[in-house]
Amino acid sequence: MKIAVLSGKGGTGKTLVSVNLAAVAKAASYLDCDVEEPNGHLFFKPTDVEETEVNVKIALVDQELCNGCRKCVEFCKFNALAYVKDRLIIFEDVCHSCGGCMLVCPQQALTEKNKPIGKIQSGRSDRVQVNSGILNTGEATGIPLINKLLEDNKENAADLTLIDCPPGSACIVMESIKDADYCILVAEPTLFGVHNFNMVYELVNLFDKPFGAVLNKCQADDNPAEAFCKKNNIKILARIPFDRELGTLNSNGKIASREWEKYRALFTDLLETVVEEVKA
Amino acid sequence: MKIAIPVNEKNMQTDICESFGRAPYYLIYDTEKDEATFIDNSAATSTGGAGIKAAQVIVDSGAKILLTPRCGEKAANVLMAADIKLFKSIPATAQANIDAYLTNKLDPLDEIHAGFHGHGGN
Ligand code: SF4
Ligand code: SF4
Repeated sequence: MKIAVLSGKGGTGKTLVSVNLAAVAKAASYLDCDVEEPNGHLFFKPTDVEETEVNVKIALVDQELCNGCRKCVEFCKFNALAYVKDRLIIFEDVCHSCGGCMLVCPQQALTEKNKPIGKIQSGRSDRVQVNSGILNTGEATGIPLINKLLEDNKENAADLTLIDCPPGSACIVMESIKDADYCILVAEPTLFGVHNFNMVYELVNLFDKPFGAVLNKCQADDNPAEAFCKKNNIKILARIPFDRELGTLNSNGKIASREWEKYRALFTDLLETVVEEVKA
Repeated sequence: MKIAIPVNEKNMQTDICESFGRAPYYLIYDTEKDEATFIDNSAATSTGGAGIKAAQVIVDSGAKILLTPRCGEKAANVLMAADIKLFKSIPATAQANIDAYLTNKLDPLDEIHAGFHGHGGN
């Protein structure tokens, strides 16, 4: 079973929820797909860490073969190419590895070369297999890292996989949830939080994924996120209270459900609720 | 010699466009012929790499001078490879900028902006 955890922006508690759900399970894989800012490993502190470099294929030109026809420049919809003074210029960090320019070049002047864009770190933390994608700064897209994380997980998947998605609703998030059986949307109890929540809500609807909401930082006062869920008939899976001690555990890189019975119970319940939702 | 300027409208009294890559038009002014042409910027609406494509348009126009309020790093690479010199435009009409350039009143553009990374389909 694959459960994706999403939120409209960072810092809403997406990592808190996915890390703790993985930690209370009998066995789980935790995939950190938030490749621009992976922080799940700061909590799990995995051991026996192995690293794999992830490469993409980008365009490489042989200036000797190039006759300056510019078919490639016109073709590249990412505008990664320019032709100036009898030379083709390739902007490697703009190239999206689509391979199209190589097909349209009449001179076979374009080939591909490997360029590392990041790495995957995998290790163990108690009963959790922790795999994190780490994107090199300045790279155009982390999608190849996400695909590798999901692909590798197919081979040695535990029964339960938690996918910690990148924040927002861009195509990198769609990649992250494409194989998910269920999506958990994490929301903060503010109007701004509702705005962000709505973005991911629309995304999961678009993908027709079953989903439910976890309300984070709940206090006694009115909760616009809760009102939004009720209005749209979104199932509320759990409420995490606003709790200074939880904040402290978090900032110290501690996993609440491993430290505190109260949170172990909360996340165990949440996991059971989700599992039932998926089976239903 | 040709001077290029990113502009908002197709006339000499137009404002300079604040964005080099996303300007709707480029004014190409030929100092020898005292002739102005306006070219559409096909990159204005592209999702990524607009600056690179726009720079290609300027290179292909044969301009040797670009007057612009700002310029991204990648576009600057393309322009510099073509030996195009960049000058900082002043907040005035296109005509006033050309006059200012021709009387040596414009400073070279030395601030180049690193690109934003709004990638991933945002
Ligand atoms: S591989 Fe695709 S994105 Fe890269 S330069 Fe060629 S056409 Fe552009
Ligand atoms: S398509 Fe091939 S030959 Fe034509 S400009 Fe590009 S690299 Fe050169």
